[in-house]
Amino acid sequence: MSSREEITAGLAEILEEVAGVNPDDVAEEKNFTEDLDVDSLSMVEVVVAAEEKFGVKIPDDEVQNLKTVGDAVSFIVKSS
Amino acid sequence: MTRPEVVVTGLGATTPLGGDVASTWDAMLAGRSGVTPLTQEWAAQLPVRIAAQLMVDPGDVLDRVKLRRLDRSEATALIAAHQAWADAGLAESGLDLERLAVSVGSGIGGAQTLLAQDDILEASGPRRVSPHTVPMLMPNGPAAWVGLELGAKAGVHCVASACATGAEAISLGLDIIRSGRADVVVAGGTEAVIHPLPIAGFASMRAMSTRNEEPERASRPWDKGRDGFVLGEGAAVVILERADHAAARGARIYARLAGAGITSDGYDIVQPHPQGAGFVRAVQKALDDAGVSGADIVHVNAHATSTPVGDMAEVSGLRLVLGDHPVLTATKSMTGHLLGAAGALESIATILAIHEGVVPPTINLDDPEDGLLDVVTNKPRHMEIPAALNNSFGFGGHNVALIFTRHS
Repeated sequence: MSSREEITAGLAEILEEVAGVNPDDVAEEKNFTEDLDVDSLSMVEVVVAAEEKFGVKIPDDEVQNLKTVGDAVSFIVKSS
Repeated sequence: MTRPEVVVTGLGATTPLGGDVASTWDAMLAGRSGVTPLTQEWAAQLPVRIAAQLMVDPGDVLDRVKLRRLDRSEATALIAAHQAWADAGLAESGLDLERLAVSVGSGIGGAQTLLAQDDILEASGPRRVSPHTVPMLMPNGPAAWVGLELGAKAGVHCVASACATGAEAISLGLDIIRSGRADVVVAGGTEAVIHPLPIAGFASMRAMSTRNEEPERASRPWDKGRDGFVLGEGAAVVILERADHAAARGARIYARLAGAGITSDGYDIVQPHPQGAGFVRAVQKALDDAGVSGADIVHVNAHATSTPVGDMAEVSGLRLVLGDHPVLTATKSMTGHLLGAAGALESIATILAIHEGVVPPTINLDDPEDGLLDVVTNKPRHMEIPAALNNSFGFGGHNVALIFTRHS
């Protein structure tokens, strides 16, 4: 299983690819919408890419709870 | 109340001849062809393996992340619109954005997105379909993106009339300014459907040239050896502006959009009327609207797509409605047929011909049809052009005639 740091780094790669987010800006406390400027459609792409990368399933009704990078990391840790 | 005059104050384009208007115009004057072989793997199975592909790929101009959410037809529209906007000097003009409208059409829309996402759906299932699919394939997408990026708040419009789209979009812009709904309209057309399905569809109609061994010689309007049109891609956009608004800000004026005429054939879904009756009426309406006579029109940028039937029907109609005097050119001989962008790109060629006093040549006219009018061939012709006509026709029986005049 990946460490939280490795998952954060993996999410940073996805965020750069999908939404052009600078990987240096990605940290657990960052809010996807407010801090990283990821809009709702790009968030859908992030979720699908994260499912593929980390081999997890992120249900649609769970996505609204993933406000920060740390929320997503915790969900991926719990699910994998 | 007197009707407001409308002038052209900005031009933008990305075409098979160049990534902007200046390079496209230079190539037209030099008589260069933008038609090249389709070297993509998918092309090998097609009867048509040539096209007029963009000289500069949108990926070389726009940001990678932004391109993920743009259909190619939206990307080209944005590139052309930003060029036209900058050319008109409107960014720093303090224009009230509630007086800015957009009229940018596409003949086919986001077909490349539709087909690519269908491939993903088939291969990987619905969850992998991009969440950007709908705004990428919707036909109003290009107009909406242009409106969004320029901040237009007086309405965003998407005309769709096949190969007459670009011209009709400009005509709608004229109507919008005349009716007082906006002071400035960003108007034009875009198309990007160089993909096996649209090519196979047009080829099945036997509408396209199969001169695969000689791409540069394939688009040959009015030549006896013509065998169909060559598909092109790109976008062209003009800035239309109320004349007094342009004068007040000291804008550079290319030409006046003096009038437009629109008719429908009511004859056949794809065949043009054999005597060109619908288009003759469109030209007559445009003349009346512009307040000029057939004798005043000294130059015509013809629709002339290089199909066996259409090219000479247009000439017969022009002879009838204008007389034998106009000097013709068919810039599709160089650009290929940009479908929904064609009327806008040819409007730019017409506007520049007036502004610069020079008509670009028609290339590949080696063996002209009998009964042709005076066509500029081989080299550009320098001449005074007080008034000129641009024709566009589209599948569905759409006819659009635009008249541009020299601004004095």
